[in-house]
Amino acid sequence: MKLFIIAFKNLKRKKTRSVLTIGGVAIAVAVLVSLLGFNAGYQIALNNDVDKMGYQVLVTAKGCPYEAATLMLKGGGGLRFMEEEVFDRIVQDERIDKITPQLINTVFDADKDGGGGFTMFMGIEKSYLTLKPWTEFKEGEWFSDENADEVIIGYEAAELEQRRAGDKIFIPGIDKVLTVSGIFERTGTQDDGVIMLPLKTAQRIFDLEKKLTGIGIKLKDMTELPAFEEDLYDEASIQVISMAQVKGTIMNLISTAQILVTSVAFIAIIVAIFGVVNTILMSVFERTQEIGVMKAIGASKLDVFSLIWYETILICGLGGIVGSIIAILAGNSVEFFVKKLLPYAPEGNLVHITSGLLLLSLVGAIVLGLVSGIYPAYRASSMRPIEAIRSGE
Amino acid sequence: MDNILESKSIKKYYHRGSETVKALDGVDFEIASGEMVAIVGPSGSGKTTLMNIISCLDNPTEGQLKIAGKDVTNYTESQLIKIRRENIGFVFQQFYLIPTLTAKENIELPFVFSKKSIDPQRINTVMERVGIQSKQNIQVNQLSGGDKQRCCLARSLMNDPAILIADEPTGKLETQVRDAIFSLFDELVQSGLAIFIATHDLELAEKTQRIIHLQDGKIVQREESSLYW
Ligand SMILES: Nc1ncnc2c1ncn2[C@@H]1O[C@H](COP(=O)(O)OP(=O)(O)OP(=O)(O)O)[C@@H](O)[C@H]1O
Ligand SMILES: [Mg+2]
Repeated sequence: MKLFIIAFKNLKRKKTRSVLTIGGVAIAVAVLVSLLGFNAGYQIALNNDVDKMGYQVLVTAKGCPYEAATLMLKGGGGLRFMEEEVFDRIVQDERIDKITPQLINTVFDADKDGGGGFTMFMGIEKSYLTLKPWTEFKEGEWFSDENADEVIIGYEAAELEQRRAGDKIFIPGIDKVLTVSGIFERTGTQDDGVIMLPLKTAQRIFDLEKKLTGIGIKLKDMTELPAFEEDLYDEASIQVISMAQVKGTIMNLISTAQILVTSVAFIAIIVAIFGVVNTILMSVFERTQEIGVMKAIGASKLDVFSLIWYETILICGLGGIVGSIIAILAGNSVEFFVKKLLPYAPEGNLVHITSGLLLLSLVGAIVLGLVSGIYPAYRASSMRPIEAIRSGE
Repeated sequence: MDNILESKSIKKYYHRGSETVKALDGVDFEIASGEMVAIVGPSGSGKTTLMNIISCLDNPTEGQLKIAGKDVTNYTESQLIKIRRENIGFVFQQFYLIPTLTAKENIELPFVFSKKSIDPQRINTVMERVGIQSKQNIQVNQLSGGDKQRCCLARSLMNDPAILIADEPTGKLETQVRDAIFSLFDELVQSGLAIFIATHDLELAEKTQRIIHLQDGKIVQREESSLYW
């Protein structure tokens, strides 16, 4: 039998108290694991979203860059338009590798989702596919003509609208019937919910002749970006947004939320430490005589110190394991909340809990045990056996 | 016979405010191996104080203590732990077993602390000797008082001590159980152990080979007839 086993059996003495203390540690660990997991997951999902746009630079009409950044990722109404001639000028630039114009328009559909909602339409040119080479057709094919009355539907939009290639689709409010020429495979981006049509068709039917909402650009060399941007300063009506900026902007937006959650996690940890110290100190004082007797029959200071230390480590270790399990199980609900609360939530898993993170949290919990065990263990080990034994007489 | 324990003019003074309590005021005696000695005296006469000092749990204010020929008076705490592990067994009135462990686990404790590998043979012998073997896997808080004391005794014998120190070992036990424990003590003495018992139980004291009377921290001589006070 080892000291460790004695420590473990002691936890069973006051079950409720042990369970409550372990629970306190578990909550702190769960909050921390979810937070860190969310942080990692959000970054990954955001990077994925932004990278999957295919371009590093977006040229849009002048306006609030925050608004532009979120609109671009999320879609939605209130878009500003720029002149197509800007595109004709920029496309000459030697530094450009790939470039594609876009015209986004949203249409309110009173029947959508029961209560009505916006459907996003995007006018594109064939260069769209060169910027997003991973895009594949689930069925059908590209528009028959660059002015055809046809659409290609994103994977999710197709499911929502219940359309197959060859079906007709009606655009509410415009009285126009278009033919579905193809349906894209799932890409895991916002484009999955979009209905795409040829740029010229979009300009015609939405009455936006010679207008664009954005130009996506991929440079041959990213280090040319500052110079490229500078040259575009002369164009009074547009602004240049780099995807790096977009990421930064969005991370800024969520950092406020992060500070809040971090302080909650911090408080939870402090409370957990106090809980553990309090529990162990109480159990040390209750066992004063027992500890005295252990010393009388040959336990050294180190033995007693280790025994009490093991108890705190056990409590915190168990708390760490339980907390990690809670974090894994609660990951989905955390995700649900986050998606409701944040200004922009990328597609995919937001809470990304890796085995490395779990290991880290377990080690963290044990370190927490080591720290909070020092004082109670010191108190126990420095009891004099004679006084400890006499204390109960 | 060699003396396993010698005490020379041991004094223990406590200070209570400005008042000095002379719990022990010059105590001289010795015990040989294979001897059972009872120490009796009125409440507050210093019995427990003396037991604590000779079992190396407490330091005397003055005087000299020799255990197994070694002068331990000025030993450090870690040296005293070693002396306690190797030479002294404790039996307490309140048993002081660890309630979350089984009888056997309690008995093994001294081995855990002295970092000796647990010798199952030795444990069995000891458990058999005190008669607790059939209850070895019962958690001790479910044992009767007598069995708890057997368990406590077994624990004290694990390290094969030279001296057994028992402060009121029968105080909490019924007469029948008391006799059983005493006969165990008797057997142990036969095999060469020195046993030192502090007690209020005069019947028990009379069964020992020698009685030391303590009063106001001093050893006093008494006639057999004046044993009762
Ligand atoms: N830690 C202490 N501080 C002050 N005085 C003490 C302390 N321990 C014991 N004493 C005093 O020393 C004297 C001897 O006490 P001790 O406990 O040795 O007596 P005892 O013979 O064991 O008594 P009892 O038969 O009641 O157990 C008493 O007057 C007691 O009050
Ligand atoms: Mg006493």
